[in-house]
Amino acid sequence: MSPRIPLGLEVAAARAAAGLSRLARRGGGTTIPGKLLWKLDPGAIDHLAARLPRGAALISATNGKTTTAAMVAAILGGRYRLAHNSSGANLVSGVASTLLAARGAELGLFEVDEGALPEVVRRVRPRAICLGNLFRDQLDRYGELERVADRWRAAVTAVGPETTLVVNADDPQVGDVGRIAVQAVAFGLDDIRHAQPALQHAADSKWCVACGTPYRYAAAYVGHLGDYRCPSCGHARPPLDVAAREIELDGLEGTRFALVAGGETRRIELRLPGLYNVYNALAASALALTLGATLADVQEGLGRFTAAFGRFERIAIGDRRLLVLLIKNPAGANEAVRTLVAGGAPRVAVIALNDAIADGQDVSWIWDVDFEPLLAGLEHVVATGSRAAELALRFKYGGLDEGAVEVVPGLERALDRGLELTPSQGELVVLPTYTAMLALRKIVAERGFVRQYWERAA
Amino acid sequence: MKLVVGHLYPDYLNIYADRGNIAVLARRAAWRGHELEVRPLSVGDEIPREGVDIFYVGGGQDREQALVAPDFAAKGGALRVALDRGAALLAVCGGYQLLGRFYRDTNGVEQPGLGLFAHETVAGETRMIGDVLLECELEPGERRTLAGFENHAGRTRLDPGATPLGRVVAGFGNDGESGYEGCRLGLALGTYLHGPLLPRNPWLADWLLARALERRGESPDLAPLPDDLEREAHEVAARRAHERGGRA
Ligand SMILES: [Zn+2]
Repeated sequence: MSPRIPLGLEVAAARAAAGLSRLARRGGGTTIPGKLLWKLDPGAIDHLAARLPRGAALISATNGKTTTAAMVAAILGGRYRLAHNSSGANLVSGVASTLLAARGAELGLFEVDEGALPEVVRRVRPRAICLGNLFRDQLDRYGELERVADRWRAAVTAVGPETTLVVNADDPQVGDVGRIAVQAVAFGLDDIRHAQPALQHAADSKWCVACGTPYRYAAAYVGHLGDYRCPSCGHARPPLDVAAREIELDGLEGTRFALVAGGETRRIELRLPGLYNVYNALAASALALTLGATLADVQEGLGRFTAAFGRFERIAIGDRRLLVLLIKNPAGANEAVRTLVAGGAPRVAVIALNDAIADGQDVSWIWDVDFEPLLAGLEHVVATGSRAAELALRFKYGGLDEGAVEVVPGLERALDRGLELTPSQGELVVLPTYTAMLALRKIVAERGFVRQYWERAA
Repeated sequence: MKLVVGHLYPDYLNIYADRGNIAVLARRAAWRGHELEVRPLSVGDEIPREGVDIFYVGGGQDREQALVAPDFAAKGGALRVALDRGAALLAVCGGYQLLGRFYRDTNGVEQPGLGLFAHETVAGETRMIGDVLLECELEPGERRTLAGFENHAGRTRLDPGATPLGRVVAGFGNDGESGYEGCRLGLALGTYLHGPLLPRNPWLADWLLARALERRGESPDLAPLPDDLEREAHEVAARRAHERGGRA
């Protein structure tokens, strides 16, 4: 236990550190002050969170938490002053830093790492928790999916009726966590036309949460997300409080759907492609409604929302365009591939595989990604990153002609090679893992094409 | 020549990209003019005593492993017969554990295994996670290395006299103490190494294919392939094992 220092002094010290770290250009000072505060007094975060007059909301999921949180911010930003960790610093220290930096904030809006959720729940005592999905992800870092679900269950069991749980009913594990909450809002997709013909190879929660029998799916939309029922014991998707119906996918341009909540329907126009972004928008809608937004706020906020770097943002580089899509686990990468192919498969792609801790040191997941539909249309693929050769092997054994694969380990050289292979007026698709995406963003920013993320967050 | 792989529980045990191993066997057979048929053998399916050249069993999460364990134990007799008749086997991670006598979890609950390999596995408090490099000698005088990734809570202890798959150069291995990894019994190999194992260690894929050809009465000689990418991937993985393997 560290000696008690008045909170004001700790906060001042940590804020000074934030200024220094930003001056030192160490990455926007996103977590350094939080780590400092953490060292001085771990309980300070609890006090800072308790000062938010409208409380806090947490968003966790394997995939889509950054986008979902940004959507909620777009919906609620006009209504409340937000403390939002928009830079993606989503561990306890990142939440602490955001609380420190957001003077005068009314509502906390935090995306939270799946593993860090129990501790953040305990400290922040949120009024709403939005749980999006659980896919297999970085087993070397998070452990098995069921263990994560167990820890979430324990965290939710400990909260009182003042906390509303907003859950994706289409995910059997997540929907089941919702059942134990006193207050729960369930969201899901309701448009059988967009169901997949079969569960994907990497589908995770295929077995009944209650009895272990394989679920039957009336519709599987993304990975194991869908409308499921256990033929043995009847465990099934909970009834939907917030649903997306009449979904229309418009290639890489966007999506439209009917948002149904509380007996009312609104038409949502989203400038983000793919069914998985419908899930993100639905999660954001359900959470924003829980936090006091109206359906009109939701419609307007989502209509204005645009993609972020690495999440379908397009960047003009000279007379070519760059489309960067973060890939980090089989489920997310499968959706990126599916959406790209639906929008007209690209002919050139740069794919970057790093194996730092934040990427997952175990790179075996690339073999579980269904890259094949993408490979079918590719003329050139540049494999890059610290595990470029492994990635090239994935494509070689996936059936891509070896002559079509170039291994260029350096990211900057790989980007230039990709641009060179892209015709004038054409678009280069880049699929990087997390640290490769950060490095790429830096390269593109240094060339003057994109804002640094701490500027974007302002 | 047509060769047959019997893929055990592909719908349950597939967590560490096991299909990568299957893809490598299939392509490397095809590049040498052989056809590889992959036959899924899941819960309720019978193990053919004849006709399968290579059995493959991968790893799953605890829940999936528990779901298949009783079915797998019941297949033990038929699998033994098939192996006695010359089939080869590669078991990775969870599949490797299930081939021993038992797996005891942290609550002390024991899951019976097939007892094919002379080993038993007891879960420890911490997981052993990281890159691994092994040295093995499947054929006398031919020392080769295997580079992979391990992630297991189980500590597997071989009986005295049981043959490990290899010696740990860097990483944890079976239990983090013995300095050995995996188990070998005739043409049956078990290991914790995924990654997946075969793409970056193609010599092992070729060894399995050669045994399958022998079983069919064919020459086990396989034409060499240009494995530059495979070599590079192996080198990077081996370097990783030296840099950061085997750290608790
Ligand atoms: Zn059931």
